Amino acid sequence: MAVDNAAMVDAAIAPESPGALGSRAKTTGLWQEAFRRLLRSRLATIAAILLILLALVAIFAPFVAPYDYTAQDYSALTQPPSRDHWLGTDDLGRDILSRLIFGARISLAVGLVVQAVILLIGVPAGLIAAHFGGKLDAFIMRTVDALYSIPSLLFVIVIMTFLRAALATPSGPFMETLSAIDAQTGGLIGIFIGIGLINWMPAARLVRGQAVSLKQKEFVEAARGLGASDRRIMLQHLLPNVVPIIVVTATIGIPQAIIYEAGISFLGLGARPPMPSWGLMISEAIPNLRSYPFMLISPAVALSLTVLAFNFLGDGLRDALDPWMER
Amino acid sequence: MRTAFVIRRVLALIPTLLLIYTLTFFLMHSTPGGPWDTGEKPIPADVQERLKAAYGLDKPLWQQYTDFLGKAVRGDLGPSYTQRSRTVTDIIGDTFPVSLQLAAIATLIAALVGIPLGVLGAVRHNRPLDYLATFVSVFGISTPAYVVTSLLVLLLASKLHWLPTSGWDGVRSPKVIIPALSLALYPMAVLARYTRSSLLEVLRTDYMRTARAKGLSERSILLRHGIRNALLPVITIAGIVLADVATGSFFVETIYQVPGIGRYFVQSITARDYPVILGTVLLLGLVVSVMNLLVDLLYPLLDPRIGSRS
Repeated sequence: MAVDNAAMVDAAIAPESPGALGSRAKTTGLWQEAFRRLLRSRLATIAAILLILLALVAIFAPFVAPYDYTAQDYSALTQPPSRDHWLGTDDLGRDILSRLIFGARISLAVGLVVQAVILLIGVPAGLIAAHFGGKLDAFIMRTVDALYSIPSLLFVIVIMTFLRAALATPSGPFMETLSAIDAQTGGLIGIFIGIGLINWMPAARLVRGQAVSLKQKEFVEAARGLGASDRRIMLQHLLPNVVPIIVVTATIGIPQAIIYEAGISFLGLGARPPMPSWGLMISEAIPNLRSYPFMLISPAVALSLTVLAFNFLGDGLRDALDPWMER
Repeated sequence: MRTAFVIRRVLALIPTLLLIYTLTFFLMHSTPGGPWDTGEKPIPADVQERLKAAYGLDKPLWQQYTDFLGKAVRGDLGPSYTQRSRTVTDIIGDTFPVSLQLAAIATLIAALVGIPLGVLGAVRHNRPLDYLATFVSVFGISTPAYVVTSLLVLLLASKLHWLPTSGWDGVRSPKVIIPALSLALYPMAVLARYTRSSLLEVLRTDYMRTARAKGLSERSILLRHGIRNALLPVITIAGIVLADVATGSFFVETIYQVPGIGRYFVQSITARDYPVILGTVLLLGLVVSVMNLLVDLLYPLLDPRIGSRS
């Protein structure tokens, strides 16, 4: 299985088409070629199929799940897997399979929305730093460096501690609205903000690095010579060319965000019960580990498998897009 | 030249630590609610006022900020809210050595397994052993510490009864095995991945071809020319590995009930014991920053190509 993936790594180290940058004029060509290269990696293809299935299950959760994820059946507490409950029931008599299915929604939502938050901060920061250079660049990059030196999970925990309390007692219309949405979504808004705020630095750094080298390219020089505005150069010339690296960063960032969410939910700072977050399910299973191990196994496998799939897809994408990325 | 570089790097620690402190301080102080309003019986308002006065919380915020900073620099992190009789420094003094021992063993396992795994992957490139090594490392990266710990407890303790289900008895007790393994898996995977790609690059270099042309044995080519050069860049991720071990300990220590700083940190979050949170964040930030600094300072010494120009 790993054959093609390893071969792709190999191919990535010695790019096949060194002059690939020249073919940038046709954007569709880039993506078609990348897609073709991606399919060549069997592992990445399997991962992609798995994730599409997971996304479908998450989207159609109410139709797929056999039970409501909050429905408690007191006559069936902590039942091992059976015909009625394929993966058993938890200590409150809730169907574990149904909770897993709805939990997929949380994990995928967290993975995607957190990436959106990260890109919304990181990409402009990186582009602005690269384009303007000088003091602004130094300021942005020093901030990035300093934030980098803090273990990010540690900081996510600190921010979540603050956000949890701040959202519980909101002051002002903005926080009240945010708090209402947060309560509605079982604590998800707080997670999006908390994880996103802490993890935008790698994206900023990558985008800046890429944009700095693009800046010297003739087409940017030409645009500048023609009198294009800063905004136009950044949005029309720099941004489209950093898209490949953004795609890869986001794909690699998704599993990380999922792990963070499960981790902070595990610590009681993330999703609130009865939300079926996989991390929350794992933490609920631990006191019952000895008597009811099946409560642990399914959320643990679901979490690891999803993260594994995203990692393989990210690796495959990186290799597929590698010739278009400058080191 | 070299001393100037060292001094500049050491001084660069200060703004970083100050940023960590400032961010954490203001976040913790603007967090609504406190340790005294979470109890079942509400504490009377006048008692709350006196408690606040006792902890200096009635002073202006900037004064609290500078007071705490001034004391922290001298190693005094102030009183804990929940354990009245002990200071945060006392608590860290009790818990940090435990975590340090656990972290040392975990890092050792990670290096002793991860690096050879990476070497194996590179040497047997694109052969079954490489795929196995790659798969193990991607698996390690994809499985969070709390999942590993609970699965190991389930398998080795609950099912097979080989090891105890929780606790801590020093590094010589078998109780150390499960938390150390769980803590080691992620950094091990990272090290394996990094070593593999680094060695793959080295294997392609001209000096490797020259070594082969000289007729050296494969073994000594690999050991003296290959691995030695490949491991140099691996050292640069020491700080990242350490940060992973530190944050992993929050989960591992909590699940396995190891009385280390990670578990204590998690407990102080639930108890809203802000001085402890602040103290722990500062300590871990310091440890990781110093580690990164050491790497930066050691690297030019190990790699003559870099020299002291920075």
